[in-house]
Amino acid sequence: MSLVAAALERRGIPTVVLQLLRMVTEKVRPPRALFVPFKHGFPLGLPGRPEVQLRVLEAALQLFERPDPVPFIIDYAP
Amino acid sequence: MGELGEFSLKYKIFLKTYSWRRIDPVPFAPLTKALPECRLGLVSSAGFVLPGQEPFDEGVRGGDPSFRCIPWDSDPRDLVEYHKSDAFDHSGILQDPNLGFPLERVRELASMGKIGSVAPRHLSFMGSITAPGRLIKRTAPEAAEIFVEDKVDLALLVPV
Repeated sequence: MSLVAAALERRGIPTVVLQLLRMVTEKVRPPRALFVPFKHGFPLGLPGRPEVQLRVLEAALQLFERPDPVPFIIDYAP
Repeated sequence: MGELGEFSLKYKIFLKTYSWRRIDPVPFAPLTKALPECRLGLVSSAGFVLPGQEPFDEGVRGGDPSFRCIPWDSDPRDLVEYHKSDAFDHSGILQDPNLGFPLERVRELASMGKIGSVAPRHLSFMGSITAPGRLIKRTAPEAAEIFVEDKVDLALLVPV
C-alpha cells in the first residue's frame, strides 16, 4: 500500500495509509500513516460495526490537515 | 493488535528479514482544498474483485501486481476476495467487506458532508507482493493515472 501511496503522491494526490505493523511503516516510510491497533485482517476495527469503521476513517481524514513534515505516523486512539 | 506477536514463526522470520523497499525521497502532495470539497478515492490491498472481473493470479511469482477498478456504487457484498495468504484471519472481511474496502463508509462520509464526493472508481490491489518491481514501475503509476483522470483530491489506502 505504501508503494502505491508514493505513486499517487508523485502525481499530486495526497494520501493517508492505514498501517497495522509499525515496524514496516518505519522502514518503508509512507508520507502519512495512521497506525491502528487492530490485528491483520481487521484494519477498520470490527466487522458489522459501521460506527467503529467511520471513526477510524474520520481519524484518517484528519491527517491530511496536519502540518507535520512527512513522513509521519500518528497512533489511532479509539 | 497488529504486531509481530500475532504471526506464526514462519511469518515473524519473514517480516524481520525481508528487504522492505524504503521510499526515498518521500514524496509529498499537499491538500489543496478543504476536506468537505474533496473527492476521495479508496485503495485496498484485500485482493477484492467484482463478479465478471479477472481474478488475481496466485501463480504470479512475487505476487500479482495488477489492480481492478471498483465502481463507486458497487455493493460491497458482491466483492469476492482473492487474497489467499494464511498470515491473517480472513473472517472479518468475509463477513463485512467494508472492513477492508469501506465502500459504504465513504459514501456515508460524503452524505454527512465530511468529504465532498466519492471517486467514480476505486482501486483494488492484491497484498503480500514480495517482488514489487512491476508494481513500482508500472501498475502503481497506472493506478495513479486513473485517479488523476477522475480528479481525485485525496486517497485513503487500506491494507489487510
